[in-house]
Formats: sequence, C-alpha cells, structure tokens
Amino acid sequence: MSPPSNNLKDIPIYTQAEEAYSVGNIRALLAEIAARLEKLDENGETGMIDLNSLPFSPGEYEQLRQILGQGEVSARIEAIGPSEIIETHYPGVWWVTHYNVEGDIVADMIEIARLPEIIKSQPEDVHAGLERLKAQLN
Amino acid sequence: MMDYETLGERLAQQGVSRRAFLKFCTAMASLMALPPGTATAIAEALIKARRPSVIWLSFQECTGCTESLTRSYSPTLESLIFDMISLDYHHTLQAASGTAAEAARETAMKENYGKYLVVVDGSIPIGNPGYGAHGGVSFVDHLQQTVKGAAAIIAVGTCAAFGGIPNAKPNPTGAVSVSDLIKDKPIINISGCPPIPAVITGVLAHYLTFGELPELDELGRPKSFYGQTIHDRCYRRPFYDQGKFAKSFDDEGARNGWCLFELGCKGPTTHNACATTKWNGGTSFPIESGHGCLGCSEPHFWDAGSFYTPLSAPTENIATVAAGAAVVGAGVAVALSAADRAKKRRAQQAHEKMTVKDL
Repeated sequence: MSPPSNNLKDIPIYTQAEEAYSVGNIRALLAEIAARLEKLDENGETGMIDLNSLPFSPGEYEQLRQILGQGEVSARIEAIGPSEIIETHYPGVWWVTHYNVEGDIVADMIEIARLPEIIKSQPEDVHAGLERLKAQLN
Repeated sequence: MMDYETLGERLAQQGVSRRAFLKFCTAMASLMALPPGTATAIAEALIKARRPSVIWLSFQECTGCTESLTRSYSPTLESLIFDMISLDYHHTLQAASGTAAEAARETAMKENYGKYLVVVDGSIPIGNPGYGAHGGVSFVDHLQQTVKGAAAIIAVGTCAAFGGIPNAKPNPTGAVSVSDLIKDKPIINISGCPPIPAVITGVLAHYLTFGELPELDELGRPKSFYGQTIHDRCYRRPFYDQGKFAKSFDDEGARNGWCLFELGCKGPTTHNACATTKWNGGTSFPIESGHGCLGCSEPHFWDAGSFYTPLSAPTENIATVAAGAAVVGAGVAVALSAADRAKKRRAQQAHEKMTVKDL
C-alpha cells in the first residue's frame, strides 16, 4: 500500500447535499418580481433587486433558480472577472451575477428590464473605441 | 513622485473599461446596501474623484486586518480599491523601508495637508512607550503626529476600534483604542476580528462617492454594515423562534442546522454584516459552519464570558430564573443579555491598566 499522499489535491472531497427547507423567503421575492414586471409591462419602468442582502436558507436560493429557470438568452461578460447574465423563463426578468477573478460572487441581482444595463455598451467606451479605430485607419 | 490624478484617468491608463468599472460600482452599491440602481450614479461620482492619499499606520496588531483586505494577488474588483486611493504608507505592502518609508509618509502628509486619510490597525500601548515604537518614535507619538493634518481616521479592526485582544484582561501594555487618544478628528470604527474586507472597501467607496463618512452608530461604526445584529439576519432565526436548539456540537439538533444559542452564540448582541455579506467571497459565516458567533465586532468581547456559555445563562443572582432552565423566549433572553452587558461594563472598569507609575 502506498504511503498516504501529502498533496492537498490528492485528498478526496466528499460533499453532502444540503437538505432543502424553505422558510418562506421565496414567495415574498416572487411577489416583488411580479410587481416590478407589471411596471415594465405598463410603462417600461425598469427595476433591480439585490439578492445579496436577502436571507436565504440553504436550498431556497436553488429553489429560486429552479422557479425562474432559464429562457432563451444567456450572456457572459469578461471584465475583471466573469459576469453571467441569463434571461429567465419570464421575459424581462434577468438574473445578473457578477464574479471576481477568483470566482467569488461580488454582486447578484434580478434585473427587470428589456435588457440589463451592464450588457449595453457604455458611451465612454464607445468613444474610446472610436478613437482607437480612427487611429487604426490612419 | 506622488500622483493624485482622478480615478477615471487612472482606470483609462490601465485599460479598465467603463463597463468593468460599472460592474465594480454595482458590487459597491450592493456592499453599501444602496439600491442597486444607484451603481451608475456611484460610477459617475467616483470617476471624477481625485484619489485621496491614504496613510496606513500599524500598531499592536496581528496583521489580520491587512490580510483580510488583501486576500489575493491577481487583479480583482476588491483590488480596485487600491486604485481608488493612493496608499502612500503601509508597513506590509510598501516597497520602501526605514528612512525612505518615513520620508514618503511625511511628503504625503505635507502635500495633502487637511485632506489625507489615516487608516489605523492595531491598538496603541500607553503603559510604556517602549512597548511599541517605529524607528525610536513611540506608537502614541506616531499616531498623534500623523493625524494632525488628516481629514478623517479609519480605525480598522477591533484592536484599533476598541482595544481588541491586547486590551483584554490584564492588559499588560496599557493598550487603548484610537478614539481613546484622538478627540478632535472624525473617527470611523470598522470593528471585527478581522473586519469583513468588503466593509473596509465599502467605507472607502462611500467616502469617495459622497465626500463624507457614512452615518455612524453610537460606537462610531457605519450603520449600513453594523446597524443590525447577526441574530437579526441569521438564516437559522426560524429555529430560534421555534425553540429548536442544538445542545452539543454533534447532536441531532446541530446536524439539523438548528439554532446555536445554547452553545454560546453571541449573535443577538453582536452587530456586524456576517449573516448577509458572509466570509471568503460569500462562502459561509461561523453559524452556517456550525459554530456560534464570538461577538468579535463588539468592544471587550474577549472578556465577555465564555464563548460557549449561552447569553441567557444566569450571571447574576436572579432568583426567579433557575439555573439550567430552558430558554423560553426572546423576552427572557433579551432581559438576561442586558444583565450580561452590565456585567461586561463592570468587568471593563475593573481592568487594571498599566501606567508608567506601575513600572
């Protein structure tokens, strides 16, 4: 039998699935999403809900993912770490998650809009890009 | 040469796109508990902000606070904080040492008189100047000299904010906090042992965005991070409310993730953001990992009784509460917590601080 390895990578990892239990946070959140989606429907008013500050018991966050699901659009941004944006089963309800370079979540939100702000090209970046392109042409 | 250009100029130099910066500001807004839609406004304010000079003074500390803030070597959103400021003096992070380092500090102070920020970690020993000195200058003198032209002081960590572990009984060095010594400058206390790194970043971002320190509680801590107790935002709160407690560390209740009140959790009397912001990039926090809160962001938490005795355990002769009685509800626990706080105050007063006379 070979001696036990001292290499951290060789130590097997055993994960136990969390037993999900709900403490009712999801229902309230869905009601808020519905209210904001109503505003978007009526007059185009956008909204954002920050998930970071909401208490979720283990399992509730995954439940929310399951309920909102994934729709037709997914986008990935690489800007000082990745950001993942998906449109949920409900058009106009987007889930935007920002990660830092190490994969830690730094912001997690539900955005109610026709398109999340972060996907749009920023005016300053457009201008800077134009200067670069003009320089390229000369 | 020190260079205090605007943040916008610096980011453009480094090739950081406005979109990337907007992402950073979204993270900051989330941290500062501001409505997420304000990220754009924050970005606009920060872009124009002139990077302030920051002088970081380290005294009787374990360097945990610096470690907490600098937990990576690759460019991250958190490291953008170092782009937001001009860190002109820091023992662990600066390249210079000795007289060159002190010269850098003095130049920064002179060039930015009245506008620089002083960050302090570690407590200051007043028992005997010999307990802590840089290049022959005692910590006390160093602090008092450096804060003369400061716009504000940020006391990072429980040591700088409240005295921390050096201040714990019997306090052999006469350790005191920054606010014990400095009375004429605005001081913000970011307590915690260590503080959550995001809180340090959030306070600096707030200062840069709004040009002033955020709203503080009666202990000088920013309300947006310390306004609620761990207990207020703990995901195990429903178990507390239902009276489901773990009685020992490996029993059925513990394995079911029940409330850790009876195992000494100090959540109800501890103000911090651990329950929502969590640690290690949102991985977990003590209670979620199965251990009660130590109360590390509160003054004198080292002397506040055992970490494993429940807050409700009788510490006075309360005849009406039998020892070992089961916790019956929030009202009883709060009343007894108040009694515990009185005991803590008496314990504080009994601290024997070393004075020069004692030596």
